[in-house]
Amino acid sequence: MSNSMDDVAQKAEAFFVIGSNTTEQHPVFGTMLRRAVRFRGAKLIVADPRRIDLCDFATLHLRHKPGADIALLNGLMYILLDKGWEDKDFIAERTEGFDEFKATIMEYPPTLVSEITGVPINQLYEAAEIMAASKPMAVIWAMGITQHITGVRNVMTLANLQMLLGNMGVPGGGVNPLRGQNNVQGACDMGGLPNVFPGYQPVTSLEAIAKFGTAWGLQVEGSKVEIENAEANLQPATFQLSNRVGMTATEIIPGVLEGKTHALYILGEDPVMSDPDTHHVRDCLEKVDFLVLQEIFPSETAAYADVLLPGVSFAEKTGTFTNTERRVQMVRQAVEPPGDAKPDWWITAEIARRILAGTPGLPSLNGPFAGWDYPDTSAIMGEINALTPSYGGITHARLEAGERLQWPCPTSEHGGTPVLHVGKFARGLGKFTPIDHIPPAEEPSDDYPMVMSTGRVLYHWHGGQMTRRAKGLMQVYGEALIEINPEDGARLGLNGQTRVRVTSRRGSIEAQAWVTDRVPPGMVYANFHFPEASANELTQAILDPVAKIPEYKVTAVKVELTN
Amino acid sequence: MPINITLNGKKIEAQPGQTILEVARGHDVRIPTLCYHKDLSPTGNCRMCVVDVKGSRFLQAACVTQVSDGMEIETDSPKAVASRKLTLGLMLANHSPSCVTCDISGECELQDLAYEYQVDAPVWGMKGTRYPVDSDPNPFVRVDFNKCILCRRCVAACAEIQARDVWGVAKRGFEEIIVAGAGATMLEARCESCGQCVAYCPTGALSNKLSYGQGIARARQVTRVATTCAYCGVGCQFDLLVKHGKVISVASNPDAPVNGMALCVKGRYGYDYIHHPDRLKKPRVRRYLLEYKEKRLKGNAWDWIETDWDTALDLTAKKLREARDNFGPDSVGVLTSAKCLNEENYLMNKLARQVIGTNNIDHCARL
Repeated sequence: MSNSMDDVAQKAEAFFVIGSNTTEQHPVFGTMLRRAVRFRGAKLIVADPRRIDLCDFATLHLRHKPGADIALLNGLMYILLDKGWEDKDFIAERTEGFDEFKATIMEYPPTLVSEITGVPINQLYEAAEIMAASKPMAVIWAMGITQHITGVRNVMTLANLQMLLGNMGVPGGGVNPLRGQNNVQGACDMGGLPNVFPGYQPVTSLEAIAKFGTAWGLQVEGSKVEIENAEANLQPATFQLSNRVGMTATEIIPGVLEGKTHALYILGEDPVMSDPDTHHVRDCLEKVDFLVLQEIFPSETAAYADVLLPGVSFAEKTGTFTNTERRVQMVRQAVEPPGDAKPDWWITAEIARRILAGTPGLPSLNGPFAGWDYPDTSAIMGEINALTPSYGGITHARLEAGERLQWPCPTSEHGGTPVLHVGKFARGLGKFTPIDHIPPAEEPSDDYPMVMSTGRVLYHWHGGQMTRRAKGLMQVYGEALIEINPEDGARLGLNGQTRVRVTSRRGSIEAQAWVTDRVPPGMVYANFHFPEASANELTQAILDPVAKIPEYKVTAVKVELTN
Repeated sequence: MPINITLNGKKIEAQPGQTILEVARGHDVRIPTLCYHKDLSPTGNCRMCVVDVKGSRFLQAACVTQVSDGMEIETDSPKAVASRKLTLGLMLANHSPSCVTCDISGECELQDLAYEYQVDAPVWGMKGTRYPVDSDPNPFVRVDFNKCILCRRCVAACAEIQARDVWGVAKRGFEEIIVAGAGATMLEARCESCGQCVAYCPTGALSNKLSYGQGIARARQVTRVATTCAYCGVGCQFDLLVKHGKVISVASNPDAPVNGMALCVKGRYGYDYIHHPDRLKKPRVRRYLLEYKEKRLKGNAWDWIETDWDTALDLTAKKLREARDNFGPDSVGVLTSAKCLNEENYLMNKLARQVIGTNNIDHCARL
């Protein structure tokens, strides 16, 4: 998020929530939005194919077709420009590329946009009017925007909208993606990505390679040429940092069948439940030479593991998580691990140490952070402080003293950064990018006439390993439900409690139907919390070309009654 | 323009629009409250905070009465104290007498005040239960209106914190009662089971079903550990309540930076997986790995064998090293975890890059 949750909840005059089921997926932030609407009179526009709970509080609900986000947003920007409602000063002072961008937008008049999106023309005007009249407006989104083949383009289109309205770098405005997992922000910040070291320092940058190479004791002194040539000589036990961007999760696992991936080390992830096209994932995991899984439960993925290492839950270790607004907070051990289970940082360090010790002919690694002897996570944070500029001043000691820190926080004197892009964007001028609508990869056909979208529900979490083992949550939501519109229900002959079979080109699941107008006619909604009816049996591994995120939100399916 | 008032004989300045309670708390003068909570709109209905205001015919509720210029306030006049005692007596007369077995005995605000003012339930008070105990099927919230003092904090918490309006008040006089919806069950009234009403209830009328009977309010037996939730990216903080080495409940921590007292159903009530019998307790390896056979996914070769850490770690290190050395560093894929600590993710990044030599590291950010 460019802004903080509290900041937008208190200061936004309007919210534009698109592709976020906020009250179910980020419930406490969802209630902040509800309060802002109820007690402060903030305007709320929800754009979502589903009539999610937040619509009860919305000034306006734009029910566009799945995968039509860019058309919708370009259409809104057409009206803003047509009426002269853009922030001319902001555009002139802080942005570039406006003319080219405007030329593209002018190809999206309301009649065309209404046709593509299914949103009535008067609602397009109403939305544009609210956006123009209510500033600052905060844009809030989640996976409904990103899990498309156009995920990156969708996000850039939202950035275009906020620059057009001059809502960047101001309290109560900004571009605010809600991060899903408790520490997905931190996992990205810490270099848990194929293209960057911690703090988003590119793996292709010679400067970054030299920095981490030196710190981690690898041979980098005067070895610029050697590094540049690394691609040419694929040598075993090459003790240098790779300058090749690695594979994403959605490429690593399919890489098994392509002969690229031979061994997998998986920590606290459950690809059998959470990755697209489950059948294919199982096939890959069965065929990988070696899979070590570090987990707290025997997950669905554990069935394919060669070694299963017992890690611990958040209640059994001390360290930090970083939330969606870049706030770093302490996690504190409350109870002892069960049995012989060990903190995950200890296990990873042991594996690293043993791989290095067993490597014949390895020269001793000399560098300030070459070693793997960590007495506790505070010591690891010290290493993070030294190598990650945005985390430079974030120590356990400061957090324990009650300081509230959001990165960037480069030094021990720095108080953190609640709002990004104030006065200036990271790249200097904000760049308008002309972006065209592209239809989803798999559109309804005669054989698969309906669209399925996937996501989570309030009472469960992701692959369900934790929540399916929580008694009360299972009492409220104990099995997978397929949301289907009453019109489709009537056509299929659904009557009362009925099971349906949903089939895509990749697989088939059977589950109880929930007849509800939360979904529009022609659409079903399914979750991936239950292995016996996981939506990911049906989804396809077609990816956004840049972000490599799968298009979970649009799958062509057919729905039938089961006997 | 500040105004001048007299509080317990002392002349002080106050701002117009402030309530007597706000001014008193600002000057460290304690006025007892029950229905009042700083996070919620004051309703002035419990009458515990009554104070003597010179010239007024009646005692005034400090939580809703605004100060005015020249006001003279006595917070603990004999009349005010007598009134509070009477109010407490009436509440206790209509309150379940079983403090000894009450789940929140020790944290009950009614109990605290009854003790402070040394008021017992009147002899003519309640003899039995008026309402069914545990009257709502909600799996998380235990409802016992025999302990309700009609303070309406639950109503305000649901309306003002959660903005969900599950709770309301029905009937009048002695029959007055808190209801979900129009007399429905909580879930029928669209309850999201966030437990905000439980967190704000001053008595045991609303308590936690999952931890009921485990003594969460008995401070000597329970340790509180402030930590950060492990579900979504909002980053709520709360206290884990620990007894005999087990997490027995989750409680709101008012100092939580993001969420204050608010939590959602998963954060507050989705904790019991921590001690679930399925938890992995020992390293396991497939039998084929110990008996040095080729990898086979069928038969007893694929059985799990529990081992010590050295065996499992050495095997893992050997296999990862072999893949790296035989097929190149990029033949190893590392999936780190958005559920794990920053420090752990950093180490996974270091392992992939320094030890293996690959950038094939990712996590479920896209999924």
